[in-house]
Amino acid sequence: MDAKGEGDPTSGKNRTTVERKSERELVVTRTFNAPARIVFEAWSKPELFKRWWVPKSMGMSLLSCEMDVRVGGKYRLVFGVGGSKVMEVFGKYIEVTPHSRLVWTNEEGDEGGAITTLTFEEMGGQTLLVKHDLYPSKEALDGELASGAADGMPEQLDQLDEFLVTLGGSLGR
Amino acid sequence: MVQYPTARLDASFAALSDATRRGVLEQLGRADASITDLAEKFHMTLTGMKKHVSVLEQAGLVTTEKVGRVRTCKLGPRRLAEETAWIEAYRQLWASRFDELDKVVEELKQKEKADGRKRRG
Repeated sequence: MDAKGEGDPTSGKNRTTVERKSERELVVTRTFNAPARIVFEAWSKPELFKRWWVPKSMGMSLLSCEMDVRVGGKYRLVFGVGGSKVMEVFGKYIEVTPHSRLVWTNEEGDEGGAITTLTFEEMGGQTLLVKHDLYPSKEALDGELASGAADGMPEQLDQLDEFLVTLGGSLGR
Repeated sequence: MVQYPTARLDASFAALSDATRRGVLEQLGRADASITDLAEKFHMTLTGMKKHVSVLEQAGLVTTEKVGRVRTCKLGPRRLAEETAWIEAYRQLWASRFDELDKVVEELKQKEKADGRKRRG
């Protein structure tokens, strides 16, 4: 991709990368300027999680956010536009290792969705976050890519798309 | 979101699932090459390289042209535009999400610092 996406020294924002590692794997990475315990906390406490999961620019909101972060515990996120529900995503946590690892299922799809593994690796006060999605089949990931239903959030990406259009090619081009 | 033709994406991602084929694309990004050049560069038989190139060709990532006895390969006209666009949109989603997360994280850091001061004080 182009240089425009590199970490921006003026804003202090770190670079987010996305890579298709294999036929069934999609990997997102990002570094945060904080210790792992803090980044982990933001992923595992609903009151914190709901403050950042839906970027404000997208016009959607989290109507509810239930997270029982322990092995076997369930989560359910309900998304809405203007107070009415448009979609929900849910699943359960299958591994919870505080401050270093979270694994959960994504069950809203028809034939079982991806398994998401998050790792938090602390290095010199910074935390490297790696989000790894393993799809049940090559077709499942291809379908995800082809449909634009990234992360089971078609509406969100629609809005992202509109958002990018309104930026008028000034971004990432 | 633009709807991408599924069959084409299937073909191109399948083509990209092989390290040699990705290497061939990188190579062709630098300069056109004959199948013989490519076979040599990747330490492969001519037949093996022909197969790889044909997978890339079917996915529309590479075009070939026979001039005399030499088949020259070059990048296809569409390159990886659609795949790159999808990945870029997905990256933007996560980048904006993580920028918001930065704010939450910064707040937690400040709070931790303040709590630490209180405990010591």
